[in-house]
Amino acid sequence: MVQLEVFLQTLVSGLLLGGLYALIGLGMTLIMGVMKIINLAHGELMMVAMYIAYWLFTLLGVDPYVAVFIASPALFILGVLIQKYLITPVIKVESILPENQVILTVGIGMVLASLATVFFKSDYRSTPVDYASVTWYLSDFWQNSPIELSISLLWAVSFVFSILITLALWFFLSRTDIGKQIRATSQDSDAAILMGINVNRVRAFSFGLGSAIVAAAGCLFIPLYYLYPALGGQFTLIAFVITILGGLGSNIGAIIGGLILGVFESMTSTYIGMGWAPVGRFAIFIAALVFLPGGIASLLKSRRLGK
Amino acid sequence: MLEVKNIDVFYGDLQVIFDVSFGVNKGEVVALIGANGAGKSTILRTISGLVHPVRGDIVFDGQTINKLHNYSLIELGLVHVPEARRLFPEMTVEENLDIGSLRGQAKKQRKVNKDKIFELFPRLLERRRQLAGTLSGGEQQMLAIGRGLMSLPKLMMLDEPSLGLAPILVKEVFRVIEQVRSEGMTVLIVEQNVKQTLAIADRAYVLENGKLVMSGKAADLANDEHVRAAYLGV
Ligand SMILES: Nc1ncnc2c1ncn2[C@@H]1O[C@H](COP(=O)(O)OP(=O)(O)OP(=O)(O)O)[C@@H](O)[C@H]1O
Ligand SMILES: [Mg+2]
Repeated sequence: MVQLEVFLQTLVSGLLLGGLYALIGLGMTLIMGVMKIINLAHGELMMVAMYIAYWLFTLLGVDPYVAVFIASPALFILGVLIQKYLITPVIKVESILPENQVILTVGIGMVLASLATVFFKSDYRSTPVDYASVTWYLSDFWQNSPIELSISLLWAVSFVFSILITLALWFFLSRTDIGKQIRATSQDSDAAILMGINVNRVRAFSFGLGSAIVAAAGCLFIPLYYLYPALGGQFTLIAFVITILGGLGSNIGAIIGGLILGVFESMTSTYIGMGWAPVGRFAIFIAALVFLPGGIASLLKSRRLGK
Repeated sequence: MLEVKNIDVFYGDLQVIFDVSFGVNKGEVVALIGANGAGKSTILRTISGLVHPVRGDIVFDGQTINKLHNYSLIELGLVHVPEARRLFPEMTVEENLDIGSLRGQAKKQRKVNKDKIFELFPRLLERRRQLAGTLSGGEQQMLAIGRGLMSLPKLMMLDEPSLGLAPILVKEVFRVIEQVRSEGMTVLIVEQNVKQTLAIADRAYVLENGKLVMSGKAADLANDEHVRAAYLGV
């Protein structure tokens, strides 16, 4: 019974973490789909959003969950500017191969991390909200429950937020004209131009939207994690693993990939040891590359397109 | 309506179009024929602004368009239905039609136009929620033409609409072209199916190795020795 309890608790924690991972992966996947380059500054953009949330909390007492509505628009603008003034000019230079353009995003990430170190030092920071210790127990709701499970309020709120954002994104991409333009551009950019889509504007918008989504993820993470300038690299890697696991450019793939990664990391922590989560992450990455080169998306696609 | 004036087009250092000039008048069906690699698609891509001519001008409805943004041409009434359909495979039939009508008047009349397209291609109506990538070749071509028509074009450029279709579907495609032309559409068509194309076209141009080598009434070209030997296999 205890073993089952530990397993279920680990599973629940993994899914909660996976929900946030999915959001991070979605942001990267959106940019990947439209731009055809991997944004290796993704985690650093999240770090910037987390500093915004941190200072809003520390200086003005703004709750991190409210900060989503400030940090996301701010990062949207930052993303648009990066796309317009840094990435577009490099893409125009035909002698730079696309696989090298990705290096530019590494550079952007390094600059953001260095700036954060200069301005905010390497200190560990956190946002101690006063409801941080609230935890719900299964036995509070079901007295005779044979097993005990717990969920902290913070994780639950962050998870619900990430689901709401995912749903909003899905609605936006499937129901609005701008959303359809984004999907059309990522499926065939030349055909998109022929249909009157201003592809450059769609690219800038998508980079902004991807940045806004990872910014939201950052605000959802900050009550749960410590913040420091170098934190971005780890999350860039996580986003990268999710994108590979999910299949480049696939939204559903990113969601499932995020959940799988979350559960897998949680399992490695429980059954192998706390420090082993990054190793598990790496193992999943290699496994995805070797056994499922097209990612989860290739499985779904072969079913949907009947090929 | 459309005037192409002395264009030279390059891919990198390689010149593929040499001093090509031709025109399309309102209400005409004009065909551009030529062997594989002659440069037919390149000419259409140049008109659409996907590639830029190094020399020469392209005038549409009195306006020089080769300096305009390529995405704005559709609003002027110029639409290009590209070679190999180029649908958005993971979007539904209906979403593909929506993408055809993103701007101006076409967007306002989206609903009405969609019904017209479904009337023209009843098979698309049955499959409106199906992903474009799962349609048969014939259905995909219908959708590609339908998506083009959604933009309410004045001039429609079709690049090999009969490519890879069974004879009965080829017939269907040509029937549709005749129908839209009878409703006042101007058409510039690129085809390998020379016989049937010359049968519906008013005029035609023959392109060889990036140069225009012949032009004239479609009926006359269909009887020309050289055309018959090179393209009609008789
Ligand atoms: N993107 C490109 N880069 C370099 N060369 C190209 C490119 N696209 C086409 N070409 C070359 O330009 C020439 C003309 O090609 P184009 O596609 O216009 O021919 P086409 O007449 O449409 O042929 P087909 O009937 O096979 O479609 C060919 O020699 C082709 O190899
Ligand atoms: Mg061609």
